[in-house]
Amino acid sequence: MIEIVDLHKAFNQGRPNEYWAIQGISLALERGQVTAFMGPSGSGKTTLLALIGCLARPTRGRIRLNGEDISGLPERFLTALRRRHFGFVFQQFNLIKGLSARDNVMLPAYPLAPPYRQLRARADALLAQFALTHRADAQVEWLSGGEQQRVAIARALINDPPILVADEPTANLDTALSREFLAILGELSRAGRTVLLSSHDPLVLESPLINRRVALRDGRVVAD
Amino acid sequence: MTDGFRRQRYLIDFSLAAMGRRKVRNLGLLAVYSLLVFVLASVMLFTHGLRQEAKRVLAESPEVILQRLVAGRQDLIPPGYLERIGRIRGVQKIQARLWGYYYDPVVKANYTFMVPEARPLAAGEIVIGPAMARERGLVAGNLISFRSYSGRLFTFKVAEVLPQASELMSADLVLLGAGDFRAFFDFPAGHYTDITLTVANPLEVRNVAAKLAAALPDARPILREEVQRTYAALFDWREGMVLTVLSGALLAFAIFAWDKASGLSAEERREIGILKAIGWESGDVLRMKFWEGGLISLAAFLLGYLAAWVHVFHLDGALFRPVLQGWAVLYPHFRLTPEVDGLQLATLFFFTVFPYTAAVLVPIWRAAITDPDAVMRA
Repeated sequence: MIEIVDLHKAFNQGRPNEYWAIQGISLALERGQVTAFMGPSGSGKTTLLALIGCLARPTRGRIRLNGEDISGLPERFLTALRRRHFGFVFQQFNLIKGLSARDNVMLPAYPLAPPYRQLRARADALLAQFALTHRADAQVEWLSGGEQQRVAIARALINDPPILVADEPTANLDTALSREFLAILGELSRAGRTVLLSSHDPLVLESPLINRRVALRDGRVVAD
Repeated sequence: MTDGFRRQRYLIDFSLAAMGRRKVRNLGLLAVYSLLVFVLASVMLFTHGLRQEAKRVLAESPEVILQRLVAGRQDLIPPGYLERIGRIRGVQKIQARLWGYYYDPVVKANYTFMVPEARPLAAGEIVIGPAMARERGLVAGNLISFRSYSGRLFTFKVAEVLPQASELMSADLVLLGAGDFRAFFDFPAGHYTDITLTVANPLEVRNVAAKLAAALPDARPILREEVQRTYAALFDWREGMVLTVLSGALLAFAIFAWDKASGLSAEERREIGILKAIGWESGDVLRMKFWEGGLISLAAFLLGYLAAWVHVFHLDGALFRPVLQGWAVLYPHFRLTPEVDGLQLATLFFFTVFPYTAAVLVPIWRAAITDPDAVMRA
């Protein structure tokens, strides 16, 4: 479903501080699986997720999504692909302060402009799924860490993407909340979504929910 | 509702929410912006109102005024001059006028003494303008004395105070009978101040003036349209002068607005990064910020213009009246007729709303085209 061929990504290319974050990764990621990318800081996990999720373009190499080459697409098409295929959960949650939990959940759908009632109903259903109905109108900065993460997951799912990308999702959570996240992950996996996550949290990496573990170091795959 | 329209509505909703989250900054900007529009609109509305008022008043004045010149200065019309004009085709009426200026040392003001054409006044009676009545505390029936230029004291009875509606032109006016006028100013018998000619066909006015100039080489015909142009130029000049003085404030606002609009806070940059990462295009971010800038500048424009309207047409333009109206002792009290010049409105709109909205877009564009993966690394 996602095919990565000889992927390279350089930052500050041509400058004295040039840095190759990804150096020739090739992988095939199956639909409906939970794949964890692990490795120390600077190993290239986040960059790889950003490249797969169309948040950045590779310097060299190919990424194919359902057989279609997406590595050289212009920004507009990449954004449309990202909206349709990927939902993101960031390490810092990246919710917009001052807006309610519901408004944050609805934000990714604004450019698609669905009818408001329909959008709100979908957001409320997702908030209910993650036990956040009573916090729907609360501003996100008033929510606990676990609640903020659930809002972030609900936001990632508002456009009903088949692939969920989560970057270090448990880095800011305690053990209980991390287990809660894994339970949600299990639900999403059972619902048929593909999950790609990066982590170096043993609780996540040792979880039976993870179908595949890919170890990275210095921008290369060292174990699969 | 179409998708495009609904999309804009979502963007506007988000813009309003974003503005609400930065209340202090946006309210401060709105206040300064509205003040600037208020000042500019006040000057424009007031001068336009004055121009229109002068045009309306002058519309009733004669088409041609004929003055006699001696050594390039205006002199009295001697006896027999009226007859020398003779009959000119197209002229409906020729009328010799008596009028002059009198300086009143009591209130340090100049009055215009005039003999009315249509209204015969009894000897010893005068009709006065409302500003003069105010300054000297006069009402109908009061007596007032003036010492003439020859040193003699004349006492007149105020028969009537002119209505306020005509104050723009009659503020300092004193109407009196021809006999009293001649006695007061020692005006020689048979002489007049100037001559007015009424011409029915506006296309004939210039021909009449040319014939007058040919028949009376020592005379100067003044056309009504020239007077109107002079008034318009005078108000334009005053407006320009005030705007020049205000240009410092304009520049200060431009710097303030540029700083406020272009200085994206770290929080705003972070938000733009998040929006792009969750699926907004650079165009969506630009449109959202365009709405934000547009809503602020439009609100400021409406608020400022409305305040200027109230200031000019309901509070008599109190702030700019002394500069724009003229320099005099007897300021007329009058209310301008509310009137909007479309071109002026469009110019003000363009020069206030457009630069701000554009100033907002440049830095946003720079932030919006950065790769969304920056948010992953934050």
